[in-house]
Formats: sequence, C-alpha cells, structure tokens
Amino acid sequence: MNAVRVEALRVVRGGKVVIPGLSCDVEAGRVTGLLGPSGSGKTTLLRAIVGVQRVASGTVAVLGEAAGSRSLRLRVGYMTQAPSVYRDLTVRENLSFFARVLGREPEAVSRAVADVSLDGHADQVVARLSGGEQARVSLAAALLGSPELLVLDEPTVGLDPVLRRDLWELFHDLAERGVTLLVSSHVMDEADRCDSLLLLREGRLLAHATPAELRARTGAVELDEAFLALIEAES
Amino acid sequence: MRTVAVAVRVLQQLRRDPRTLVLIIGVPCLLETLLRELFRGGPVFQHAGPPLLGLFPFVTMFLVTSITMLRERTSGTLERLMTMPLGKLDLLAGYGCAFGVVAAVQAAAVSLVSFELLDLHVAGPRAVVVLLAVANAVLGTALGLFVSAFAQTEFQAVQFMPALVIPQFLLCGLFVARGSMATWLRWISDALPLTYAYDALAHTAADTLDTRFAADVAVVCGCILLALALGAATLRRRTA
Repeated sequence: MNAVRVEALRVVRGGKVVIPGLSCDVEAGRVTGLLGPSGSGKTTLLRAIVGVQRVASGTVAVLGEAAGSRSLRLRVGYMTQAPSVYRDLTVRENLSFFARVLGREPEAVSRAVADVSLDGHADQVVARLSGGEQARVSLAAALLGSPELLVLDEPTVGLDPVLRRDLWELFHDLAERGVTLLVSSHVMDEADRCDSLLLLREGRLLAHATPAELRARTGAVELDEAFLALIEAES
Repeated sequence: MRTVAVAVRVLQQLRRDPRTLVLIIGVPCLLETLLRELFRGGPVFQHAGPPLLGLFPFVTMFLVTSITMLRERTSGTLERLMTMPLGKLDLLAGYGCAFGVVAAVQAAAVSLVSFELLDLHVAGPRAVVVLLAVANAVLGTALGLFVSAFAQTEFQAVQFMPALVIPQFLLCGLFVARGSMATWLRWISDALPLTYAYDALAHTAADTLDTRFAADVAVVCGCILLALALGAATLRRRTA
C-alpha cells in the first residue's frame, strides 16, 4: 500500500531544473526518510507532495487523490523547514489558532503540546524560545489535525540528542497508529531510524531501500559510506 | 468561523505589540492637535480636520496590513495555511474584520479628542464620520493585502505608502478643489478611491447627505470588494 505515488515529476524553479523527472513511492504506515545533501531537491519534492509546489509535469498522488486536493487539507500535515508559526504569539495561541482553522477541538492543542514535550512552555511567546523549541511548535502545529500523512521537512535540526531520540520515538508511535511519515534530513545518522529510505541527489532518486538493504547492496557498514558508494556507482 | 479565528489571531498579535497600538491611536490625535495649533483652530483646520480624521485609518491600516501580510508570506505561515482547509476569503475577511475593529477604536479616540478637546465642528452626524473612518480603514486593509504581494521586503512594502497613498491624498480634493484641477489631473482623481472617501467625509462635514454622498459610499464599498478580490487572486496555493 502506497500513501504517496510520484510519477515522472519535473519541477523547474527560476529557470533551473530542480527535479528533472522523478518517480517514487512512500509506503503507508511507515517512517520513510528522505535523505540527501542540501540542494538535492528534498524540500521541493516535499512541497510537491503537500501540493504547494508548482510543477512542470508529472503526477503526484497522495492517499489516492491528486496532491493538493481540497479533501487532502485535513488528511495531510506539513511542517516546513523554517518554523512557520507566529513569533509574536504564545505556543498555545499559535496552536489554538491552527486548531480552529483545522476545525479541531481545543483538547487537540494540549495533546500536541505534550507530544512535542513543550508542556512547560505553552504560555511563552514563540520568539523567546530557542530554535529547537520553535521547530517543535511548528511540528506540533503539523500534528494538530491528526493527519494520515505527515510530511516533515528537517524536523530535528538543532535539537539535542535526547530530544531527537524522543521525537523519533514519537514518529514511530505515530506510524504504529497507522500514520504515514515522510521525514527529510541531511544527516545520515538519522537514516538508521527510518523504516525505509529515499536517497536523493541533484533531484534524482539514487535509491529506495531499507537501511539493511542499502548496507547489503553496497557492503558498507555506515549509511553515509553506502550513500557515497551509490554516488560513485552512478557516475 | 474560520474568519473569526483569523481576526482573533491578528488582534492577539497586535495586543502583543502595545507600542504599535499606542502609535496607531496616539499619532492621529497628535496630528489633529498639531493641525489645530498650526492654523489656530481657524477655517483651514475646520476644513481639513474632519476629512483627515476619516482618512487617517486608511493610511494606518494600509501600512500595518501590508507589513503584516508580507510577514505572513515570508515566514511560511501563509504556506502552512494554504495547506489547511482555510478559504482565501476567510483569511482576507479575517484581516478586514480585525483591522476594522482597530480602526473603530482609533476613529473613536481621534474623534473624541478632535470634537471634545480641539473644538472641531461638523454639521453632519459625528457617528457617520466614525463609520466612514472604519470603511476607509477596511479599504486601506484591502489595498494593503493586495500590494503586499508585490513586495519582497519590508522596505519595499513601506515605500508603497508614498507611492500609492500620498498621490491619492494630493488628488482627492482636500488640497486643491477638484473643480480647479487641470482636466487630466481630475481624470486621475476620478479613478482613485480616496477621492470618493474624501468626498463622503466632506459631505458629512457639510451635512449634505444626499445622493452624491450615497454614491461616494457605494464607490468606497465597491473598491473594498474589488481590492479584496484582487488580494484573493494574489494568494496562491501553489507557488514556484
């Protein structure tokens, strides 16, 4: 079962081809990591899946519908790379607003705050929080709607190891509850925490495999070595 | 419902910025006072005072809205909202309501100061002046929402004020009666919404609430709807 199916996607931004023609699937109910160096087109691909990216050609199907369809707006949660929350409001004010837009009950706010371990900061203004805390507010906003698909663009950047571990546990908890997660990262040590990996380079899909398969295919122990081996094999 | 959510959120943001609120309400009061002292409360003050009272909210809300909306566009919150079940009109109407409320407070405060302390006189009902001020504020908000799409930075957004607002002020008939303008200037004046906003205020000051006044109000309302529609057209769910 695929939650996302991308076929022959081509994206051109400002006259530059960012994704020349990409096809890939994201399996439902699993944590899929989208890995690649910065500039490899990760954010563009995620934006196309969420339906906010203008695409030149190709199709993107999400949960059986065309990406960006009106009916998907409650079923897909999206966290952008930069924290897209209101810096001048408190954590709770931000989340209450997004909950109202999503038509969710007020209890969803406390649940999302607890999910990202921000209980102690709920009444603080976002601008006064650290970068990692701001990122978690943004993540909480993506969780609010109890979406079937969560698209997270580098959710763990700048977090300390303990919080990172906690968040990955949260991601797997969600996957166990049937949520599909697509999580981008440019650090390879997070790859091992994913059920499945999409390796992206210069807008092309290098590999779609589990971490174990990648190791077996390349004979590498570390995943970043495996990534290097794939790049060298291609060129 | 979602419109209310947007309006409440915008007002919460303003509440976090008390200095801006003080400026929004205090500056026009100060300017009216300055105008009165400059002209010693004489006919020039009595002529220009009421229209300025009604036009301040247009300028303030144009500025505040264009910056707020630009922030919404550049911070990624607009992109997030566009992935959520929020209609474009919910967003625009929410902004309009929030700044309409602020404008009502501003206009009430400025008219209180002008009418009670500065001895400004209008022959027509004062409440109409306040209502027109609110309408002009919503017009400013709608235009601000629209032009924010054409600014990439806050510096650019601020420059739209002298570019789009000051010419309307110069041509609206406050400084030079429209009848004595060169024909081509009057044609431009005819095409600018502030001309009608000014005319409605001038009619209120003179207590001539006739069909011309009704037409002015209709044009202002039409311009609000047009600017909101143009603003909605600049909100894209998909961007490059």
